[in-house]
Amino acid sequence: MSIPLATAASGLVTDVIEFSAVDGPGNRFVVFLQGCNFDCLACHNPYTINLCNGCGVCVASCPSGALSLDDAGSVRWDAGVCTGCDTCIAVCPYDATPKAQQRPVTELMAQIRRAAPFLSGITVSGGEATQQPQFVESLFAAVKAELPRLTCFVDSNGGVEPDVWDALDPVMDAAMIDLKCFDDEIHQHITGASNAAVLASIERLAARGKLYEVRLLLMTGVNDADELLAETGRWLAGIDPTMRIKVIGYRAHGVRPSAVPLVEPTAEQREHYAAVLRTESPFELLVI
Amino acid sequence: MQDPLRTAAEQIVTSRALGYDQKLRRLAALADNALPYPALSPLCQEALDARVICDMYEGNRPFTPRYVLPDYAKALRNGVKYLELEPPQGLDDALSFLTILYSQVPSVTTYPVYLGDLDALLEPFVPAELPDAELDAKLRRFWIQLDRLQPDAFTHANVGPGDGRVIRSIWRVERSLRQVVPNLTMKVAPDTPDDLIEDAVRTVFETGKPHFVNHPMMVGDHGTEYAAVSCYNSLKVRGGAHSLVRLNLKEAVGRHVGQADSFIAEGLPHWVELTAELGEARIRSLVEDQGFFESHFLATEGLIDIDRFSLMFGIFGLAECVNELMEREGHAEARYGHDERANALAHQVVGRIAELVKERPLPYCAGGGGFAYLHSQSGIDLDLDTTAGTRIPVGEEPDMLTHIEACAPIHQLFPAGISDIFHVEETVTRNPRAMVDVIRGALAAGMRDFTFNLDSNEFIRITGYLVRKSDLVDVDEHGARHSSDYLAATAEINHTVTTRAIKRIIAAELNPTAGG
Repeated sequence: MSIPLATAASGLVTDVIEFSAVDGPGNRFVVFLQGCNFDCLACHNPYTINLCNGCGVCVASCPSGALSLDDAGSVRWDAGVCTGCDTCIAVCPYDATPKAQQRPVTELMAQIRRAAPFLSGITVSGGEATQQPQFVESLFAAVKAELPRLTCFVDSNGGVEPDVWDALDPVMDAAMIDLKCFDDEIHQHITGASNAAVLASIERLAARGKLYEVRLLLMTGVNDADELLAETGRWLAGIDPTMRIKVIGYRAHGVRPSAVPLVEPTAEQREHYAAVLRTESPFELLVI
Repeated sequence: MQDPLRTAAEQIVTSRALGYDQKLRRLAALADNALPYPALSPLCQEALDARVICDMYEGNRPFTPRYVLPDYAKALRNGVKYLELEPPQGLDDALSFLTILYSQVPSVTTYPVYLGDLDALLEPFVPAELPDAELDAKLRRFWIQLDRLQPDAFTHANVGPGDGRVIRSIWRVERSLRQVVPNLTMKVAPDTPDDLIEDAVRTVFETGKPHFVNHPMMVGDHGTEYAAVSCYNSLKVRGGAHSLVRLNLKEAVGRHVGQADSFIAEGLPHWVELTAELGEARIRSLVEDQGFFESHFLATEGLIDIDRFSLMFGIFGLAECVNELMEREGHAEARYGHDERANALAHQVVGRIAELVKERPLPYCAGGGGFAYLHSQSGIDLDLDTTAGTRIPVGEEPDMLTHIEACAPIHQLFPAGISDIFHVEETVTRNPRAMVDVIRGALAAGMRDFTFNLDSNEFIRITGYLVRKSDLVDVDEHGARHSSDYLAATAEINHTVTTRAIKRIIAAELNPTAGG
């Protein structure tokens, strides 16, 4: 998937958060980009997956009249009228949002400048950040030029051609990669895509010293078998025996209804996952 | 008809919820308030009776300064003749020395509000060969003693801005004990190490302490010998505050006919003068009539110096004042904390008050260069429908960045202290460095004090003082060991702090009038 209109100068932005404590080291300004090349069963923000196609279903359902269809057949969103009730997102049949906006780098830089004294850095997330690589590159370049103290991180599903990491390398400090499953068949089942590019991304980033952490999102009975986790651990240990790994128990919040209901692991199960990984290597493990 | 004094005394002595010490203090307050008040002009008296201006219910005839900050370093160096204490030689002696001295330090609450800059005081007594585990054990005993001897969290110790073995040990002990006493302030300077602040942040996650203060700003106002005491009161060491008087800006604007311009031009000078008059009367009563400084050993042995005292001039209800004025200007939608015009007006009001305070000389206030120190007063439990100090009303606080931008510009105007409390989500506990970033940013943005609470924390601040949620439950039936639990129990209800979901677990059925 490529994002129409995404350029070096502007990107399709779902939203920003000025202060985040959960998107990398320290306090970070986070830019969420619209559009993702995966379609994960466990996606917590499914409205960030697709692009608005102008169907207009949300326009009539908006209780505050913040949405309209323009002459070109695009949905227009009036941020000043919007109350943030998210009815538009709830009724969208296509896992999209009418509120994603084309935002120029210069405009984001004004927001980042304001928050900068309070930050360790910025993180571009999504959606999938690497689907708009030129924009990410130019945003990071602008940050590096003006606010060199700030670190620039990408939060990614890793499903991208490794040359994207080469292009970002001069301006990117590190990336955080989700590994949805080491078994490709299961990976395809839960994301709709192969994990070959994800594994290649992890290797490429680690070799460059730019892999901040790998996240394992585990769902009971889906991708949490002991042998599978042990195999995953062995592979990751081969890359970096002390790799920082975040073990995240699946949580149903925000997730779309699925044919086979997904099950949240218990706290004991999450600790067991960590124990299995720990037997493979002295990883820096975080369990959440 | 029953004599009201007798009725009140009966209520105190027969209470099942008050402890012995609490009864003693309340009986003393009754006697104090049976004496005539220092003479006031009719206008000042009327404003006091209507509580537009307020003396914090300190009592009719002050016989101790409100806040006393003894020079503990000097005491440790020279010993204390009055107490027959020689200068201590080792750490155990020093801890014992301080514990004894604390028992003799007066304040409006009858017990010390300042325990010293404990890391700086104790570091010289820690021998290099003493292992950390033994240092922790000694400080742990000292800490337990402080919590059990001192009635509440108005008892305050300071640490920082430098690193050392004692400050590191204090954080470890704090996290392991999770006590209300002592309350703590950490001084933060640009060269304070990040990982020392991070250690303190981890301590906040466990205990709701410390507060973080802007060391360079404080040094600019008070010199290097200063401390934050009680809650958010910054004063000179070897000095203190004779008294605290405060102006209710909501009431002041309620009595003003006219708009913002005339309130600033005519209203404020009137009310500032009456507040200062009240303060002057109380200072003269303390110094001239009751003669505190003539006889107390802290003064006669040079551990306090009247020339390092001043008056704290408090204001509160700024939010209601500004919102009312904006309404009169035809901008009811422009709310303090959210609208630039409202924030600008707030800064104008506070700026004018600061000027007026600097133009009103006061006796025995050499600590403030002959003038009062401005203070953003963070409230007491009787403040109904009036927001503490210059804070944005509870429940109306904007996002953290906007919140800091709204309040930071006025912090420099309050040498005697100002506080805005920030609430952060529990997820930050996995990333304490994020709070270090915010604290650094907030202090760099000009905040004097940065205080945050974790939404899930067992320890909460109400108007300023710290209480343990579990101590609030059943306070009515069983009594509270810490006096400020009473204030908190009633403030909790009066201030609708319960609008925050996390605060709901506090027993809502507590009777606000319980406990006297």
